Amino acid sequence: MSQVFVGMPSLPAYGRGNLFATESFPEAAHHELRNDQLRTNLRHATTTIREKRAHVVGELPDWEELRSAGSAIKEAVMADLPAMLEQFEANFTARGGTIHWARDAEEANRIVEGLIREQDTDEVVKVKSMATQEIGLNEYLDERGIKAFETDLAELIVQLGHDKPSHILVPAIHKNRSQIRDIFLKEMKDVDPNLSNDPRELAMAARAHLRRKFLSAKVAISGANFALADTGTLGVVESEGNGRMCLTLPETLITVMGIEKLLPHAEDLEVFMQLLPRSSTGERMNPYTSFWTGESHDDGPQNVHLVMLDNGRTAALADTYGRSALHCIRCSACMNVCPVYERTGGHAYGSTYPGPIGAILSPLMTGIQAEENNSLPYASSLCGACYDACPVKINIPEILVHLRGEDVDSRRGQRRIPSEMDLMMKGVQWAFSSGQHLGLLEKALPLGRLAAGRDKKIKRLPGHLAGGWTSSRDIPAPPSQSFRDWWVKEHQTPDPGTPGPSTTTGQEK
Amino acid sequence: MEAREEIMDRIRTALADAPAVPDVPRNYRRTADLGPEQVLEMLVDRLEDYKAKVSQVEAADLPRTIAGLLAEATSYVVPHGLPAEWLDNDTLRADDRRLTDAPGHRLTVEDLDGIAVVTSSAVSIAESGTIILDGSPTQGRRAISLVPDHHVCVVPASTVVQLLPEALPRVDPTHPLTWISGPSATSDIELERVEGVHGPRDLDVVIVTDL
Repeated sequence: MSQVFVGMPSLPAYGRGNLFATESFPEAAHHELRNDQLRTNLRHATTTIREKRAHVVGELPDWEELRSAGSAIKEAVMADLPAMLEQFEANFTARGGTIHWARDAEEANRIVEGLIREQDTDEVVKVKSMATQEIGLNEYLDERGIKAFETDLAELIVQLGHDKPSHILVPAIHKNRSQIRDIFLKEMKDVDPNLSNDPRELAMAARAHLRRKFLSAKVAISGANFALADTGTLGVVESEGNGRMCLTLPETLITVMGIEKLLPHAEDLEVFMQLLPRSSTGERMNPYTSFWTGESHDDGPQNVHLVMLDNGRTAALADTYGRSALHCIRCSACMNVCPVYERTGGHAYGSTYPGPIGAILSPLMTGIQAEENNSLPYASSLCGACYDACPVKINIPEILVHLRGEDVDSRRGQRRIPSEMDLMMKGVQWAFSSGQHLGLLEKALPLGRLAAGRDKKIKRLPGHLAGGWTSSRDIPAPPSQSFRDWWVKEHQTPDPGTPGPSTTTGQEK
Repeated sequence: MEAREEIMDRIRTALADAPAVPDVPRNYRRTADLGPEQVLEMLVDRLEDYKAKVSQVEAADLPRTIAGLLAEATSYVVPHGLPAEWLDNDTLRADDRRLTDAPGHRLTVEDLDGIAVVTSSAVSIAESGTIILDGSPTQGRRAISLVPDHHVCVVPASTVVQLLPEALPRVDPTHPLTWISGPSATSDIELERVEGVHGPRDLDVVIVTDL
């Protein structure tokens, strides 16, 4: 496994917080799939966003060249991460910003709490941020008497509904307009009781609800989409203007960002600001993007902090096969094209990071053995749509397979008795090791017909693996004779050296 | 510095296999392939697609156009460096609706809430319909183009480029930058786009063809 691979002493240091599937993916998926409303909402949303994305990506003749550049830039960042972090730190600090380092979720939360208390306030406004979702900042602050107000419309819907986000870009994708109206009517104190379910009216209700908060907040908390090493600049990409409000009006700005978010040069924005908006919202450009470098005299917050978060990122980095998962720019394109995500929704993945990228990122950050995260790499048909859609070309299917291997390896040591999978694989190994073995096995085909009975279908097999397969599918009865038997009968005088497969399959291990 | 050192150590250990730093292939388009007129046409098309209202005028007509766009405004703010000739007509010259945000005389968010604003802009990208403000005196502090409800943004044609890679060398990344592509919007409810959430709900772009 990876730690053996790079010869580390006491590492990796895994992440904590909201990175865990608390029940296995198949079980969670079972609950979610029963929710018809959820499936209808998701199908509508993912279909719409896929079409929008395809349209704006198709407009660019150099999309593949941009992807290649994006992939290489991120690979360069990871390979040279210590130097790049130091360069960023020096530039950010020189412009009046303060950097804090957090090994894990708990430490990051503690730092943020301390910074808020210094400002003598118990209310903060927040821009949508995956990192703060990951570390569970809102809950942490709430337990300590500090109210964090989400200002992104979808995050507000989730927060008011006492719900969990189910998509990294549109966290309330699982709710339709009527469900959202009901949440607003119940939770917003000063809302018009005749509020309709028209999205425009709902958005205006959110504007009115948050306006006073924006104009009076002393402290804002944000994430960051990019950090530029050569200038010390941070950037936030958004749509509604709630980001600009938070980044501009309060006196104090606290940003929480993963250490992998760096780009080497300001110039690299020319790649990523083409890749990100088109991949995420399917727009040529998102309505608003803000960049700031430390504090700017007279313009925006004068007290500027950045919390640099590890929380399992170094563990992912240590996995030589999996580290490219850290190239992720959180666009969500992989979710929108995933046939599994489209049916189960984001909650089935447990972690803050759902969908194909979550299925690799969560176990990489927590270790494959944490809680139920070893079930996540199997939440895929390996169709590869995510890889095609990824703007930085993360080979998600390959990493999924790698992590399945990690999972199998991690169990092998724990068990004395071989698992069903072990036995099955042993059987397959024996069967495919020679033509004679396979021929012998084929002789047993009629037995399968017997098991199938009159309707020529095998409906139930024993065991967890085979039984799991037949719990939702029938296996058609095997044919009455094998191909080889048929061949022999068809060709009365068979050439003894003919059967190709038996002479070649024995090579594979 | 304890956490910092530990994280740095973890990173160095994780990279013990010393992965190579790849060369970045920059084979994407970095120079325009359209003429200036087509570029302007593209910018207009993209801005309108995002529900910004666009007009194209000559410099001589700019004050009249701005006055027209501000006809409904009860008051409006301008940054202290906005060229005086842009406001040089009978309606705007001694307009008591006008507030000026200047160093040493900063307006409060209450002053700015719900009014209109007139700014210039640093550079615009036609292909994505994006206008970049860089906080220089013709554009002012970020707050003045954010808190008002109606933004009249002047785009001199000479600042329009076709592609994003052509635009970035024209701005200093260490200045506070705001990239604007249409009025604020959300697609958070069933992915249906609604224009005008927290930023200015109306965006008027005035392209000045001979500036």
